[in-house]
Amino acid sequence: MSYRSTFAEGERAAFQALEMEKTEDWDDKRSRMRKRFVDINYGDRNLYPDIYCDNKISNTKYNVINFLPKNLWEQFSRFMNKYFLLIAILQLWPLITPVNPASTWGPLILIFAVSASKEAWDDYNRYKLDKQANERDVWVVKKGNKTRIKAQDIHVGDIVWLREDDEVPCDLVLLGSSDSQGFCFVETAAIDGEIDLKTRVVPPPCIGLPLDLLHKIKGVIECPLPDKDIRRFDANLRLLPPFIDTDYCPLTIDHTLLQSCYLRNTEWACGVAVYTGNETKLGMSKGLPAPKLTAVDGMIDKLTGAIFIFQLVVVLILGIAGDAWKSAEADKIWYVKHSKKAPWFDFFVIPLRFELLCSIMIPISIKVSLDFVKALYAKFIDWDLQMYDEKTDTPTVATNTAISEDLGQVEYILTDKTGTLTENVMIFKRCCIKGVCYGNSTGDALTDSALKRGLTEKNPDIVKFLTVMAVCNTVVPILSSNGAVSYKAQSQDEEALVNAAAQLRVVLLSKRGATSEVKLFGEIKEYEVLDLLEFTSDRKRMSVVIRDSDTRKLMLLSKGADEAIFPVLCSDQPVRAVADAVETYSKLGLRTMCFAWRELKEDEYTKWSFKFKDASSSVIEREWKMAEVCQLMEANLELLGVTAIEDKLQEGVPDTIETLRKAGINFWMLTGDKHATAVQIALSCNFVLPEPAGQLLHVQGSTQQEIAVSLERVLCTMQISSTEPKDVAFVIDGWALEIALKHHYEAFTELATLCRTAICCRVTPSQKAQLVELVKSWEFRTLAIGDGGNDVRMIQEAHVGVGISGREGLQAARASDFSIGKFRFLKRLILVHGRYSYNRTAFLSQYSIYKSLLICFIQIFIPVMVNVLDKDLSESTVLQHPQILYYCQGGRLLNPSTFAGWFGKSLFHATIVFLVTIHVYANEKSEIEELSIVALSGCIWLQAFVIALETNSFTVLQHIAIWGNLLAFYVVNFIVSMVPWGGMYTVMFRICTQPSYWLTMLLITFLGMGPVLALKYFRFIYRPSAINILQQLERSCLTPSSNLSSLESNLKQTDKDLQSPNLVQADVGNVYEPLLGDSASGSKRILGPSSVEFLPSTPQKMLSNYSRSKIQ
Amino acid sequence: MPQCVHDSKLAQQELPACKPLLTPAWVIAMFILVAAAFVPIGAFALLASLNVVEIVDQYDNICIPDATTNDQRVKHIQNYQTDKSCMRVLKVLKDMKGPIHIFYQLEHFFQNHRRYVKSRSDQQLLKGHASNASLDGCKPENVFNNQVIVPCGLIAWSLFNDTFSFLVNNQSLSVNRNGISWKSDRDFKFGKNVFPSNFPNNYPAGPNGNVVGGAKLNEALPLSDNEDLIVWMRTAAFPKFRKPWGKIEHGLSAGDLITINITNVYNTYAFGGRKKLVISTTSWLGGKNCFLGIAYLTVGGFSIIWAVVFFILHYRSAR
Repeated sequence: MSYRSTFAEGERAAFQALEMEKTEDWDDKRSRMRKRFVDINYGDRNLYPDIYCDNKISNTKYNVINFLPKNLWEQFSRFMNKYFLLIAILQLWPLITPVNPASTWGPLILIFAVSASKEAWDDYNRYKLDKQANERDVWVVKKGNKTRIKAQDIHVGDIVWLREDDEVPCDLVLLGSSDSQGFCFVETAAIDGEIDLKTRVVPPPCIGLPLDLLHKIKGVIECPLPDKDIRRFDANLRLLPPFIDTDYCPLTIDHTLLQSCYLRNTEWACGVAVYTGNETKLGMSKGLPAPKLTAVDGMIDKLTGAIFIFQLVVVLILGIAGDAWKSAEADKIWYVKHSKKAPWFDFFVIPLRFELLCSIMIPISIKVSLDFVKALYAKFIDWDLQMYDEKTDTPTVATNTAISEDLGQVEYILTDKTGTLTENVMIFKRCCIKGVCYGNSTGDALTDSALKRGLTEKNPDIVKFLTVMAVCNTVVPILSSNGAVSYKAQSQDEEALVNAAAQLRVVLLSKRGATSEVKLFGEIKEYEVLDLLEFTSDRKRMSVVIRDSDTRKLMLLSKGADEAIFPVLCSDQPVRAVADAVETYSKLGLRTMCFAWRELKEDEYTKWSFKFKDASSSVIEREWKMAEVCQLMEANLELLGVTAIEDKLQEGVPDTIETLRKAGINFWMLTGDKHATAVQIALSCNFVLPEPAGQLLHVQGSTQQEIAVSLERVLCTMQISSTEPKDVAFVIDGWALEIALKHHYEAFTELATLCRTAICCRVTPSQKAQLVELVKSWEFRTLAIGDGGNDVRMIQEAHVGVGISGREGLQAARASDFSIGKFRFLKRLILVHGRYSYNRTAFLSQYSIYKSLLICFIQIFIPVMVNVLDKDLSESTVLQHPQILYYCQGGRLLNPSTFAGWFGKSLFHATIVFLVTIHVYANEKSEIEELSIVALSGCIWLQAFVIALETNSFTVLQHIAIWGNLLAFYVVNFIVSMVPWGGMYTVMFRICTQPSYWLTMLLITFLGMGPVLALKYFRFIYRPSAINILQQLERSCLTPSSNLSSLESNLKQTDKDLQSPNLVQADVGNVYEPLLGDSASGSKRILGPSSVEFLPSTPQKMLSNYSRSKIQ
Repeated sequence: MPQCVHDSKLAQQELPACKPLLTPAWVIAMFILVAAAFVPIGAFALLASLNVVEIVDQYDNICIPDATTNDQRVKHIQNYQTDKSCMRVLKVLKDMKGPIHIFYQLEHFFQNHRRYVKSRSDQQLLKGHASNASLDGCKPENVFNNQVIVPCGLIAWSLFNDTFSFLVNNQSLSVNRNGISWKSDRDFKFGKNVFPSNFPNNYPAGPNGNVVGGAKLNEALPLSDNEDLIVWMRTAAFPKFRKPWGKIEHGLSAGDLITINITNVYNTYAFGGRKKLVISTTSWLGGKNCFLGIAYLTVGGFSIIWAVVFFILHYRSAR
């Protein structure tokens, strides 16, 4: 009984197809590869120094020595940081610096120290966890005795003893177990995310060795060098005398216990360590994910680069002009006393000074404030009670605090199925026995009165049916001390069936060796399981041959998919009724399983049994031979009926998917599950609309040619149907995907970009990650969501990884950027928090740059201002940041064209401030300090009004922030003006008592804001974007007092409805930004002046309100 | 509810909000309101500026022998033996109410030059002595004859030194030379016990070629009392600037003749600068400056035009 002898599909079935392909180059590689020889139980380490590493696990990224250089290197990989460093270094040259270098070095060092200490803290926590794992006690055989040592001291070749529920400390090859046949069970959730138990088996030569011999066992294992393939272990074992000196015994992954698995249902097991420490299969496949950078960060970096280039141009022009002026005029202005002998670097001094003067174009504060608001977004997500799952007490947690705004830009969601869309709870719901359907009326067969009546009458069909349910499986019953029986199964379906049978009073009590004990309506019956005809993905059915202990009758019980069972029935079977039931159940989204049986004659069995043993011991083409032999037995069956199991969807899944799809987000389902199940779930959760609105296109085939043809055909259909509004999705399995990606990459890319929905079934964890990478390579923003260990790689690969803390443990949640309790919270996470964060960051970054550009332009116009600003700016800029925190719903976005707008605005405002100031403060008023304060306060006034104009919704906080900031500017400057030894002493008081100052402010404000306001108004009324229309709608149908977030979500909703027609045209080249309300490229093109025509697609209520508001 | 969550309106982002919209009514009203405020203010400001009487006299090109080249002018001005006195007669065209301010105006003089602006030691000006770091800022005018200059730096060294004396209708006119500087400067920026010493301008150009910058400083007068210096050290932001020189307390009437004796010694010829003498009254907005008035009137006018345009657009689109 190998671990694959499972009926169930699970994620693992997918691998079988892939293995064929891999074998070729594997053999090729192996011949070249060096091998590792493990001497079992080598005892004396002093004689033979250990060539392999010890079992010390290390997940840390840094150590004490490399921390600083490595961390700094990482931080300086961002352009912005490099820029800040360059400026800070230039400022160290006193000849050219206009400001005190401390004003740059201070924040710079602070910023780097903060991120470095955060990294250090994370790394320290990893170190602590490692240490805990390393110092765990394990039992190891030393000099023939069991000794307790720390896990980190295990060496390759040591024999490790494990008890039930122990965690495996390193990769072991099994040598013995408490089971007489050498079986033991492990839970591999930590490695592949599958929570069902796997069977592992002791290699044949070691089976049945007594305990004392196990302590002394000696031998050699020849195994490959460490790799990360958790499905393969091709090794040989040879025991040394005095043990049975057999030939080499081949070992497979079934003979191993891998690190981080748990030993279950087995009293003890022991094995020899083959890979230790970071060289284990798990250790090799781990790796710290690269830090994620959001699209906005990327854009800010790009814009920073653009500003830097602009800066260089300015510096070159002004610098050369300055040098020219200096060489022409410098001698004449005697009062400056230029020295006659200029040093060699003289030519660079002026350009470099201008560079430093321009350096504040990219303010260092932008980094501080961005980091700060990002942390705040994360907090808002943590605090959100609407995303708090009360049942499981799991709040939503933003583990990665830096990427919230990427949530607002997601274009593709790649989701796992099991545990993410579904609850991963299988419940037996209905059945059809001999054409009689149970559970149709109540929805639950267990409460069906007809079935209960049948049970009390002991209807033989029903009894037989239930016996098959209870016996024909690989479930392990566990009898607890209080007499209750629980089941551990490799597949959830089997567990559901056995549990249902138990509830219908056919209880599988125990399996001892080959004997299954069943409590049939209170009386105990024993069945001897003679043979198990394994489940394979080709056969799609499994059978057992049993002997009734009382009657000594032989029986064959089978279960399997309808298409696998129907062909092997007797010809006279009433298939019709059952086939109808299968159809009905499938439509309801239930998983069906057909049951059949027949009696066997003693001689027929004996003959067959011989063939079966022959086949099972054959070395070549074993699987094929086995199938052949099984086929002989599985014929002329009598159909018993069909069961239907519900794979329960999580709450709110269909609704969430529908909303997000309307929001222009594309969904891909990546599952290890089989084709039929995946399609069923896809249909039931609105992934694809049922025919005729939706269409599923299958890419399938087993050879390269078939797949190529299939792909071509699907692509053709797609291109035809893309003209009509049809919901098209393609379905592909792991094998076809592998081929398609390898040989038909272009065709597949085209297909994938044409389709909004894809279903990929039977894909491996690495293929999931590969698909994420693929979508990423088309420059789309991806979000991966999953709940199990098998989704970890996908989650780490995607731009945004969301983990569901669910039944499959917390691994996905730990690896994720956001962990949520339920799939439905994704809606709020993306549509509310993602959008808020995006809008805020887009605004904040552009506004920051606008602000600094404004000041910078003023400085270029009035070069002396820098002397004042140096003293004054630091205070006022610090005060200005809080205001941005509560900026919301600007509906602004971040792209080069919006940025150009901000750039233009800052240039315009700087010109206004400059012209007004120099004209009003001409002649006797042109005193440096006074004039600087006037120009600066002009900028501050403009900034306050700019932010007020861009704020669409004012809460108390916004008012405090905007006007409080303006006030703070004066308060700070009054305080500064009161310091007698300060440069600004009395300046502020002097100018504030002059009426001309206030007139200047008023003039600057209106001159600066008037045109901006007029332009905004003009666009709002006469060239409205989607978001503007919605603002008007919203105002007319909702009272101002209603809360902000519900408004926002309503708005969002309608926003999407408006935009959805746009999606069809989205292609790869034109990166579509689905969540950007005020998108210049997106919405305007579609909506433009004819925007009202789209309104009928919005809810009726909105429409009527809109027309009413128009009439007004 | 999890402990870490605060069920406040702030944390849940549900603060009550008001959402102003750019409705036509609001915007048009805004522009009308602006116009209504700006036009009268502009009118008042313009009126105030127009009422200011200002006499400006450029004397640098007159108070110098008619030399043909600029080089000769420079030589003339640099030669301390030549007679540089000069007389100007100006006629008052309109009644001027007192107090009347007297300014000197320099043009094309870069008091905002980076090297120049920094060349001072505030510490020394206040205390008479200063740290080396502070004195270093005075370079290249920090030491003379190996001793520290008080007050050091290019600004002090280049102090404007033309002098003026006034006669009105051939009678001497008392000009109040006090109170032209900021009181805060006299009290807190320039020391009462700091006296000029080792000041290079006080030593005539010696054989070692010492270039004299500007004015000599009276070594008996503390810096806090030297208002010309204090005024000069408030550097100007632009190359064209006026500095107060004195005040005439009583008014002048139209037709009065003002005779000014000028010693034209300050070298603006080297860099092509101009020197002017300005006699001006003031208004609530300061000196003669029509910019604010005109700007306000223009903006007010444009606001009306915009309001009308928006109204018409709205009216037409509403139909």
